[in-house]
Amino acid sequence: MARAKCASGKAFIMFVAWRELRFARGRFLLIGAVVALITLLVGFLSGLTGGLAAQNISSVLQLPGDRLVLQQSEDSDASFATSSLDDDTLQAWEQADGVESVTPVGIAQSRAAASGTDDRIGVALYGLPQDASGIGSNPLFDLTPTHDGEVGLSSGAAEDLGVAVGDTISITGNDFTVTMVGEDLWYSHTPVIVMTPDAWSEASTRVGGTGEATVLAITGDADWEAIGPGTGTVAETPLSSLTALEAFQSEIGSLGLMIVMLFGISALVVGAFFTVWTMQRAGDIAVLKALGATTGSLVRDSLGQALIVLTAGISVGLAAVAGLGSLAGQALPFVVSPLTTLAPAVVMAVLGLAGAAFALRSVTKADPLTALGSNR
Amino acid sequence: MIELQNITLTFPDGDNRITAVDHITLRGGNGTVTGITGPSGSGKSSILAVAATLIRPDSGGVLIGNDSDTIDAAQLSKSDATALRRERIGIVFQQSNLLPALTAREQLQVMARLGGGTKRTRKAKIDARVEELLDAVGLTEHAGKRPHQLSGGQRQRIAIARGLVHEPEVLLVDEPTSALDQERGAEIMQLIARLTRERGTATLLVTHDLVHRDVLDDLVTVIDGRITAPDAAVPAHTH
Repeated sequence: MARAKCASGKAFIMFVAWRELRFARGRFLLIGAVVALITLLVGFLSGLTGGLAAQNISSVLQLPGDRLVLQQSEDSDASFATSSLDDDTLQAWEQADGVESVTPVGIAQSRAAASGTDDRIGVALYGLPQDASGIGSNPLFDLTPTHDGEVGLSSGAAEDLGVAVGDTISITGNDFTVTMVGEDLWYSHTPVIVMTPDAWSEASTRVGGTGEATVLAITGDADWEAIGPGTGTVAETPLSSLTALEAFQSEIGSLGLMIVMLFGISALVVGAFFTVWTMQRAGDIAVLKALGATTGSLVRDSLGQALIVLTAGISVGLAAVAGLGSLAGQALPFVVSPLTTLAPAVVMAVLGLAGAAFALRSVTKADPLTALGSNR
Repeated sequence: MIELQNITLTFPDGDNRITAVDHITLRGGNGTVTGITGPSGSGKSSILAVAATLIRPDSGGVLIGNDSDTIDAAQLSKSDATALRRERIGIVFQQSNLLPALTAREQLQVMARLGGGTKRTRKAKIDARVEELLDAVGLTEHAGKRPHQLSGGQRQRIAIARGLVHEPEVLLVDEPTSALDQERGAEIMQLIARLTRERGTATLLVTHDLVHRDVLDDLVTVIDGRITAPDAAVPAHTH
């Protein structure tokens, strides 16, 4: 039996698949176009989701520390919009075991205008201490001014206000000199302006706030869950704290659901196509098995065929996302990055292959005996 | 050489089993065409399926090979039986059963790849064999055509070439003329007989059409799963 065993059958891989792709190119172009369109949709939604997320949270993600502490009342969830932490709370956290440093951060939304103009824009005001410890180079903290009459602007704020370093802007009736323009940082769809804590406290009060810190950025290794309830606060990791941004939660939730549904649709469409395709060629598969093809080589052939279709469709879709995305980025919050393009593409390829794998039952179950006496 | 030894094959039929092949013994020698004929449902295709290792008999042996190289195909595992078909058995189906996406040449190449590895020297030998067989069946000039561009007779010629491209010891042919007119049927039968003798293949050929019996070296008749003649293979024609 040694002679019969020597053939591997591996040389068979893709020999038939490539020729079927050429022979039935109309059908494969159709499914490839569907995959490309779904990739375009997923890529656009991912880019838009990334853009909206950046406009929501890019500044929050720059807050230092192991945990972000927010106020949490008994009858409502923590929220950046309503959180207010007084000095007692600040001291309680500073004195808690395991806490190394506490940086109080004020966040409020207001309007600002370049001095001498009435063109007001919505802005996010951050109050940051100049002497925050343990913070290296940080795009947000780098904007912190040294005097109360000064502000640091994110590039988006400077652009929207039409000002540069040395110009003066007006916030809640007070004038501030722009001492720095930094990276593009946003909070809840408004560009960031950084003030001193005292200046921020006054501005916060003027817009109806308490003037007290919104969030505490804490480093250390404390018993977070034990300290929180006693101080009326909750300590979240920087990522989980993002759920305390209502706009972010609702936007990302709905867009994320759409993306997930598109992933599911993609897997179903590819799976349905290859199921029908494989059923149509069940007779060919039986013949190949009767002639000596192994089930493994036929499975590899089918999956390879699916991978080619998916790769081609996804590549075209990605190219369209990159091209159209760069245009959309001029008018919409849109991010073209590996996370918004390659990651969804990989997920689509994996789910598409899973869909195609579902169709393999027809391959594995094909009975070579049916090739004898078959009328094809 | 192929020898079916006391083969019995049954199929489930409700609570009972029906016997498709009943203690059949049959031998096909090298370079000979052994015809198997009989009415519909007599069991001749079941005999071919057993010989092709597509179904395992209830009892009996299927000896393939010569002298020390002989194996009992009825005892092989499924994967070993698949390998055996790939290496040592050629099959020509009732319909040509060609793959619609492949050209005539590729129909042979795919079989050659099933039977070989990926080494260049071996692949070159295979390619040479493909051209030789296309020439042998007279279809070199049609090598680039797909099945739908060929006539029924041409498709069957390609199927025969595919059955022989890996130089099998045994060729199993199932009703090769059933879809052809008498003239083309005669051509196909003569082609099978010629290639069998040239290559020393042991050919078992199922047919219900005895018009072409003169190309057969032996002929057995099967009725109700049994060979009617007690001496199994009866010479039909002396060449």
